Amino acid sequence: MTAFAPIRTAIRSPRGGVSAAVLVLVVACALFAPLVAPYAYDIQNLPGANTEPGAAHWMGTDEFGRDLMSRIIFGARTSLSVAVTAISISVAAGLTLGAMAGYFGGWFDRAVTAVVDLTWSFPEILIALILIAIIGPGLESTMVAISIAYLAQFTRLTRAQIMALKNETYVEATTNLGAGHFHIIFRHLLPNALTPVIVAGMLATGDAIILEATLGFFGLGAQPPTPSWGAMMSSGTAQIFIAPWIIIFPGLAIAITVISINLFGDALIEALDIRNRLRSV
Amino acid sequence: MISFFIKRLLLLIPVFLAVSLVIFMIVHLVPGDPIDNLVQINSSPEQKAALAAKYGLDKPLYQQYAIWLGNALTGDLGDAIILRRPVSDLIAQNLPHSLTLGALALLFSTVVGIAAGALAAIYKDSWIDRVTMALILLGSTVPGFWLGLLLIMLFAVQLGWFPVSGARSWDALVLPVLTIGLGGVALVARVTRVAMMETARKDFVMMLHAKGVPPWRIELRHVLRHALLPVVTILSLRIGWILGGAVTVEFVFARPGLGSLLITSLNQRDYPVVQGALLMLAVAVMLGTLLGDIVQAAMDPRVRERIE
Repeated sequence: MTAFAPIRTAIRSPRGGVSAAVLVLVVACALFAPLVAPYAYDIQNLPGANTEPGAAHWMGTDEFGRDLMSRIIFGARTSLSVAVTAISISVAAGLTLGAMAGYFGGWFDRAVTAVVDLTWSFPEILIALILIAIIGPGLESTMVAISIAYLAQFTRLTRAQIMALKNETYVEATTNLGAGHFHIIFRHLLPNALTPVIVAGMLATGDAIILEATLGFFGLGAQPPTPSWGAMMSSGTAQIFIAPWIIIFPGLAIAITVISINLFGDALIEALDIRNRLRSV
Repeated sequence: MISFFIKRLLLLIPVFLAVSLVIFMIVHLVPGDPIDNLVQINSSPEQKAALAAKYGLDKPLYQQYAIWLGNALTGDLGDAIILRRPVSDLIAQNLPHSLTLGALALLFSTVVGIAAGALAAIYKDSWIDRVTMALILLGSTVPGFWLGLLLIMLFAVQLGWFPVSGARSWDALVLPVLTIGLGGVALVARVTRVAMMETARKDFVMMLHAKGVPPWRIELRHVLRHALLPVVTILSLRIGWILGGAVTVEFVFARPGLGSLLITSLNQRDYPVVQGALLMLAVAVMLGTLLGDIVQAAMDPRVRERIE
């Protein structure tokens, strides 16, 4: 079985296929935003402010007369890059911490577990807000805040996988052949523990998009004029009586992206048959 | 049960110390002199010196933490920089609003979530099940603040049934509770549904069917009762998460509350208020989790044994 076989199986299921197609479309929009967007995201046209959706502006314009669809397409760049970067950092750090804690045990394991348990009961938004209070608002802070807010989840999951694997016979055999700890962790244990953590990371990317949008909505994330789905809705609240589309369309973009990520993740879990390994946390 | 309660309460002390330490450190980790992060604008050098003396800013950091924590525990959280009032006043003013909202949202999530999950499990594969499943997917993927804004547009702006914002009357609570509730309902309904379907496959249920007990009685008296355990477990794990939803929703509906206070003061960099609000929210999450654990332990002796 190659690494791509489960992905192929997931895509062949109806929900997996549809969600994969939507995700490819969203990612393409983010990558090729300047080519896809009908207008530039920052060109203001005050006489045309708050125009209803129509032929010229499919999703209408915002309070500065900027084309909403173009801003949503460029906003996909912000949202996706922040979420994917933050979760990648979080997964990498969680894999390392969880593997070391699970493999070595002892005081290091107790310290890591204590911190993980401590953050576990707190909602991610609260952890993110504490971090933003320390490092200040902005896009980079959002990234750092998100990656730390989800760290506990990946550390815990990796640790559970490593604990289950480290007493296998092949590990004992490799140790007797004279392999060092790091060789065993990185060449033998982590490759076997990787799949559930990556899938959990993919699902968390959806949550991270929502968290980024929430922080942006609070005015603590992307700063103007950078288009971000959350910040767009924040400025739209002032126009809620006259231009509801400023709120409707960016929210729809988030909802469609996150639902697709969840559906595809679910199809992937089914194809890989790892539901129990994810639940063991 | 009482020894369980005491042990669980004692376990909270190190958690509280760790969290309060992080919150205390905010003022010291932010770039700039801590005194400038704490003092009101246009303060005279004398006032600055008085504040520095109060917080012992010339002492080592661990002593400063002890002083700060001691003050906080006696209700002195300093003075707000922008609002120029004691932080404890601001918290006393906002806390009741957050408590009402959080409690109602929790109640709504639990009652509606269990009902929806049970109906979906009993009428598996019917339209009720499919509608519930769709709502579960929506509730766990739609951003809370967007849902709140959509509800405002529909029920407040278009239909005029409820106020757009504020907390002047009871009906201003309906939309915020619904907004937080949908996420909570999705969580509770999903767990209830799966737990009931798993319980329904057990031998004792088959036995009840064989005895000729009416199906509705089996579902309500036996299956649902068993299924409630995992529901309470997930609720006690995620209670903080439901309370965290209140932070977002208060801001959307411009309701007074700890969440609004926190977001506003974060944007204004009013650090004494940020610290006070974060500390109160953290305590709320800790007490909420404790409440969940107690309910769980009251229902399941195995949980009590594990910690005793």
